[in-house]
Amino acid sequence: MTPGVEAVARRAREVVPADGVVDDPARLRTYECDGLAHYRVVPALVVIPEDADQLAAVVRACAEHRVPFVARGSGTGLSGGALPHAEGVLVVTSRMRAIRAVRRDDQRAVVEPGVINLDVTRAATPYGYYYAPDPSSQQICSIGGNVAENSGGAHCLKYGFTTNHVLAADFVTADGDRVRLGGGAPDSPGYDLLGAVVGSEGTLGIVTEVTVRLVRLPEEVRTLLVGFGSTDQAGAAVSAIIAAGVVPAAIEMMDELAIEAAEEAVHCGYPEGAGAVLVIELDGPAVEVEAEYAAVERLCRDNGAFEQRVATDPAERALIWKGRKSAFAAVGRISPDYIVQDGVIPRTALPQVLAAIAELSATSGVRVANVFHAGDGNLHPLVLFDEARPGEAEAAEEVSGAILDLCISHGGSITGEHGVGMDKAKFMPRMYDEADLDTMQLVRCAFDPQSIANPGKVFPTPRLCGEVPGRHKGAHPAQEAGLAEVF
Amino acid sequence: MGPDPELVDDCVHCGFCLPTCPTYVLWGEEMDSPRGRIHLMQQHVEGAPLTDAMVGHWDACLGCMACVTACPSGVRYDRLIQQTRAEVEAEHERPRSERALRRLIFSVFPYPRRLRVLAGPLRLAQRTGLDRAVRRTGLLDRVAPSLAAMERLAPRLTKPEPLPARAPAAGVRRATVGLLTGCVQGAFFPGVNAATVRVLQAEGCDVVIPPEQGCCGALSAHSGREAEAQGFARAVVDAFASAEVDYVVVNAAGCGSVMKEYAELLGPEAQAFQDKVRDIAELLDELGPVATRHPLEMSVAYHDACHLGHAQGVRVQPRRLLTAIPGLELREIAESELCCGSAGIYNLLNPEPARELGDRKAANIVATGADVLVTANPGCLMQVAAAIEGADHPMRLAHTVEVLDASIRGYRLD
Repeated sequence: MTPGVEAVARRAREVVPADGVVDDPARLRTYECDGLAHYRVVPALVVIPEDADQLAAVVRACAEHRVPFVARGSGTGLSGGALPHAEGVLVVTSRMRAIRAVRRDDQRAVVEPGVINLDVTRAATPYGYYYAPDPSSQQICSIGGNVAENSGGAHCLKYGFTTNHVLAADFVTADGDRVRLGGGAPDSPGYDLLGAVVGSEGTLGIVTEVTVRLVRLPEEVRTLLVGFGSTDQAGAAVSAIIAAGVVPAAIEMMDELAIEAAEEAVHCGYPEGAGAVLVIELDGPAVEVEAEYAAVERLCRDNGAFEQRVATDPAERALIWKGRKSAFAAVGRISPDYIVQDGVIPRTALPQVLAAIAELSATSGVRVANVFHAGDGNLHPLVLFDEARPGEAEAAEEVSGAILDLCISHGGSITGEHGVGMDKAKFMPRMYDEADLDTMQLVRCAFDPQSIANPGKVFPTPRLCGEVPGRHKGAHPAQEAGLAEVF
Repeated sequence: MGPDPELVDDCVHCGFCLPTCPTYVLWGEEMDSPRGRIHLMQQHVEGAPLTDAMVGHWDACLGCMACVTACPSGVRYDRLIQQTRAEVEAEHERPRSERALRRLIFSVFPYPRRLRVLAGPLRLAQRTGLDRAVRRTGLLDRVAPSLAAMERLAPRLTKPEPLPARAPAAGVRRATVGLLTGCVQGAFFPGVNAATVRVLQAEGCDVVIPPEQGCCGALSAHSGREAEAQGFARAVVDAFASAEVDYVVVNAAGCGSVMKEYAELLGPEAQAFQDKVRDIAELLDELGPVATRHPLEMSVAYHDACHLGHAQGVRVQPRRLLTAIPGLELREIAESELCCGSAGIYNLLNPEPARELGDRKAANIVATGADVLVTANPGCLMQVAAAIEGADHPMRLAHTVEVLDASIRGYRLD
């Protein structure tokens, strides 16, 4: 433990209850990774504060002693965003889980960062509302983590991402300052600092309270499960539906391999022999849903659907969704190891990109299962491998990276909703040039001049805030000092 | 010995188990979640020695198996924790006070006759020397909540009417069924066994009750005392060997769950026996009703015992049986997947978290406003009774089969 971490630990013990300061080696190791388990770093210290005061005091101590800190919610992130720092403090918000208010009069809920996404909906449902962004891990992922990653989910096609649902936040900057961003008014004048914080992946500070928008529960929800012979047919149906002006709450696609995994895991009863299924959810006023349903049903049929099933009760709907939402982890049943990729393409490029992925898979011999939010072109290819077999992990890594290149070359992006984190920092230069990245660094330095908030994430090259970005020729000073290397 | 590395490897670290884990819900820390406990197992598999810290986190697991239900990757946490506990029992030196407590528990609970002989928990304590041992080890405070819980139940303890060795089916015989009478069930809730026999008879079953049967081994198996569990299990298989039954019926969820894993515990030769094991609700649902149900005008909150719901996947059957009773209204309990804190002997070893979970469960049960709380496990019944009494809301508690018995006989549930 460095003297800095020791100083933070002393301070943490003063303000946080004893069992909230963890330094036992075995216990520390249980925090060595988040949902992306192949990156592992044991933190020097874990602190689990119970309220904003405790959290701010710990961050302030980190700032004072220039100790890196990483924020973590439920530890379900898929880009290694909450990967600890070996000489830093992991600040875990899992004990800050109070729902402070659910207000039907202004359709808002005020929650602590450790509150589980689905619990917001559970708390709002009795009032006729719900929280719309629904990552597949909604049963466990935390609102704080959602804010950090600007998380999406199946229903973001119609309702937007986390950033569209966060109205205000109490925020502790990397300096330990406590500020309030956003507020009661729908829009605040000046720069959209709240907008900067949402999706900043813990590199600016930590939210300690979040005010979210609640959405009225729809009068009618209709969930369809549609079986197609191929992903091409399913993709064509998706394009046809959107082109017809129908905006479903969600359109999800799964290919054959993903169906097989989900079927094995949760016995969701997806159509037998399907090369692809679409899960389509329509919601809204009953008459509108009825009209949309008629259109969707026809368009699916026209594009080769061989089976269409409508959930007749909540249990059937839940089962259809369970198949989709369990798909990532379910792949564990058909492969010992796998990479969950996250990339975005324009919806219109779907057939070409899927064909290219299939070709990649065929030439490399690496199996790829596809699960994705088809409506907004957010792909989640699952690249399967067996770590125990030499070379497989590297091959999978290569295919996974090549898929991102495909996304970029088709005008898309390297992440739809999982964030850049540790995993994709190296891909950032493929999307942005030096000037873009330097500009982003300037924003970061305004919040975190010491570069202690989640260092090493998002940006490919650590850069110290004292440097004037963009003026260097040759190696970066941090490289010269042996502190960093370019991948 | 120890957790199987391949089973450990199955965990993909997705975290879907966390919200259903009672200790994670209580404490919000990784090492007291299934994912964290598996991670600790992995550390140990990779060579880290057993430490008090590790063992403490495994000990804190209720073994409720909610994580097994929640896991999309099919991780066999049930096997893992059992293997881990077996190794801990064999390899890890516990503090003396804890050893004493465990020894006492396991010298009483798995022995129906010892339990039966002792009329109430206080006398039980005296007879076994539990009170003196507890005083000596300073454990009274730790054990007191559980003893108090049992004591509150004590007035309901009635002298068990001896069960016949064989009870004939009413009307046409549809099946021959062996009944496991259990330890705690038989001693503390003899009415449940009597009701089980009557309902089975009414539904056309010959009921065989081998008098020489003992403990099924569940408490031992779930606590890592594998050899002891195997001994008990073998004796149960032997006890039913000559009975020629179509089914072996169990009315205690914890017992049923271990008996459905006898092949894993004893080897493939126990498979035939295992295949016959049914929870009472499962069998009655499978057979379908023949006896007339009389109306019971009451509202019922049904509590899923972990070892019935999570471990055996029996959830719809008891609900179907209950809602088939005219006049009976079934109400669901919020957070139904969360353990009540009973968990075998957990509430004796870890009274504090057990009480917290019990209070949480009681609040959710009371919130249903139901007249009767129904569940299918003696441990849950004791735990919930204590918690509800704490919540100060009078409620009748019953086993599923007692409700059915009342309906079939046309009695009110008293």
